[in-house]
Amino acid sequence: MKKALMLGNEAVARGLYEAGVTVVSSYPGTPSTEITEHVTKYDEIYSEWAPNEKVAFEVAFGAATGGARSFCAMKHVGLNVAADPLYTASYIGVNGGMVCAVADDPGMHSSQNEQDSRHHAIASKTPMLEPSDSAECSRFTSLGYELSERFGTPILLRLSTRVSHARSLVELADRNEVGVKDYKKDVMKNVMMPAMARGAHVRVEQRLLDMAKFADTEAVELGINTVEYNDTKIGIIAAGTSFVYAHEAMGEKASYLKLGMVNPLPTQLIKDFASKVDEVIVIEELDDIIETHCIKIGVKVKGKELFSRLGEFSQATVSAALKNDSADFESFDEEIPARPPVLCAGCPHRGLYYALKGMGLYVSGDIGCYTLGAQAPLSMMDSCVCMGASISGLHGFNVARGKEQAKKSVAVIGDSTFIHSGITGLIDIAYNKGFSTVIVLDNSITGMTGHQNNPANGLTIKGDPTVAVNLEALAKAVGFSNVVVVDPFDIEGTKATVKAELQKEEPSLIISRRPCALLKSVKHSAPVKINADKCIGCKACLNVGCPALSQTKRENGKSLAVIDNTQCVGCGVCASACKFGAIEKGGNDL
Amino acid sequence: MTTKNILIVGVGGQGTLLASKLMGKCFTELGYDVKVSEVHGMSQRGGSVVTYVRYGEKVYSPVIEKGEADIIISFEQLESARWLPYLKKGGVLISSTQKIDPMPVIMGKAAYPEDILSKLSEKDIRLVSLDALSLAIKAGTPKCANIVLLGAAVQFLGIDKEMWVDIIRSTVPPKTIDINLKAFELGYNAN
Repeated sequence: MKKALMLGNEAVARGLYEAGVTVVSSYPGTPSTEITEHVTKYDEIYSEWAPNEKVAFEVAFGAATGGARSFCAMKHVGLNVAADPLYTASYIGVNGGMVCAVADDPGMHSSQNEQDSRHHAIASKTPMLEPSDSAECSRFTSLGYELSERFGTPILLRLSTRVSHARSLVELADRNEVGVKDYKKDVMKNVMMPAMARGAHVRVEQRLLDMAKFADTEAVELGINTVEYNDTKIGIIAAGTSFVYAHEAMGEKASYLKLGMVNPLPTQLIKDFASKVDEVIVIEELDDIIETHCIKIGVKVKGKELFSRLGEFSQATVSAALKNDSADFESFDEEIPARPPVLCAGCPHRGLYYALKGMGLYVSGDIGCYTLGAQAPLSMMDSCVCMGASISGLHGFNVARGKEQAKKSVAVIGDSTFIHSGITGLIDIAYNKGFSTVIVLDNSITGMTGHQNNPANGLTIKGDPTVAVNLEALAKAVGFSNVVVVDPFDIEGTKATVKAELQKEEPSLIISRRPCALLKSVKHSAPVKINADKCIGCKACLNVGCPALSQTKRENGKSLAVIDNTQCVGCGVCASACKFGAIEKGGNDL
Repeated sequence: MTTKNILIVGVGGQGTLLASKLMGKCFTELGYDVKVSEVHGMSQRGGSVVTYVRYGEKVYSPVIEKGEADIIISFEQLESARWLPYLKKGGVLISSTQKIDPMPVIMGKAAYPEDILSKLSEKDIRLVSLDALSLAIKAGTPKCANIVLLGAAVQFLGIDKEMWVDIIRSTVPPKTIDINLKAFELGYNAN
């Protein structure tokens, strides 16, 4: 059998290929993004980026209704957006199999909250599988389609950062060409109106009972739920990442019940396991789902009294909680400055923020690279909630505080985020006679998740040319009469435009347009140069917050700005900050 | 064998992922069980980044904890100091002499510690420091500092040098093979 070292996300894509999936629709979101990127390498599978997770889920569900094996992927908060179709898709069930991957982010490496997506599985009454490494990512994905078609339900595949973004070995199998099933009109099954949904709910409850029985029996035979007996003083129940941390820490000093299916949970299997060990410990990152189930079925366990609901675990977390040995190490004796992520050198968002700085604005923020502008020294954000909330939130803020406030408030939102769920907020402002000023930071790409094309940049998931949403025309069509485009590297021009639009007692859309500095198609200029005769060491340039710009002391004690030539791309935003003309263009463009 | 742990640390954008990719490939070809854990997303934007590489008979956890790393390969001095606690006592720290100021230092809110490398050399570890950036420029491009550091680390991995050369040859883009092999040699011979 051929083996390959694969990222968990890559292994999910492999599982999709092997299961004969033909339709994939997703919206990017760390840590789930690479699944769909890897899917594009398989010509047998149609893949697309959808404008948001709700659309992606509905496309996949439509494909499943049409008889195909289908898939969608999203991050944990994306499932909130897709929750509406999920909850009713669970009632309807599938024709071709459907799997929806949802990637949690314990520790919030790249997320705005730490929600536990198992709650969605329980609430929507949808079965959920949880792999612990890449091999299981592939195997559980394939298995998901068998279960989906057998039990007539979409299947959730729960991932997390350390599964999605860890590479481990995967056994490769051939593709199972299942084809597309016949579609037959079935109003009682597929049209959810009260009369039909009442019947569907009965089927859903029965399905949960059937699947709970499956969790106790066949799931063990299929190696989804597994038991490993070693020393029986401690019996650990865990799933996914928590299982691998537990096994790493305790090895043969404990016995394990590893749950590969986290909804519904087994009953008899847990009772049997508990009866064979002295003490049962439940280890689970985030919430106490397994622990609560154990208490409900009358099995005494220790869980959250030993383990936190916060953040990521590791083998050290398990060792500390279970009083296992810990390693000895050296430490650096001085305080080490933090190194938070920053806007890249040459980032167009920096220019826009620097232009807004000093205008005393309330800035309603959104989700993307530009959220990094909330941090010092730019400090240009007052709020950030979820995708699209900058626009609707600003409208609410301005309605509450009046027209004078609206002259000192803007929303900032990226192009991809605007397409995702900013458009509805824009319509809300126009329709309800609002007076807010919205700035779309159009950098021609979905940046933070690692450069995905989107409906506004004219390229498909595979990089083929396609129609692009015309942001100017769209804003006008929904009722914004004031629509202007600025270049964020033109600091003075941007400032003047923003000031003028803010004064208008009607809604304005400003498009701050310049492509992401990391795009290969972007031509950079030579690094800027510091004129040592003109630089007085005032540090004003450091306020632009560029990682390529710092200050050094010279031998004569005078401070001087210095440019890191390995990072600087010559955007010149720092030059706008220098009153002494000490930052000069670096010569000919590269 | 017990599982071997290698930590690769640096600043987002420095190219730490290529080094871990090459290692993962090498250990897989040698028949080990391998786990490589990476950081994607927001932290990649100039933040402190870490990649965990683990190999052995059976590897469970994808991460490495304090006191567990056999080798740390660090692309930047401050990151060497930050991740020092993850090294086993007596472990090998390969550190580039490169310094990149983090934003709190740029803004004057924090100080970049002085003489980090000489302070690290007093610890119960084996420190190997090299000017990976200059060596990379000598090889042809500052972008191959990652391969220079890999070359320096190979001395401590106990795996045939030629195998690494083959892996580099088969992994990097064809146009960059010569530069990368030169960078590897410079790193290999640096100490």
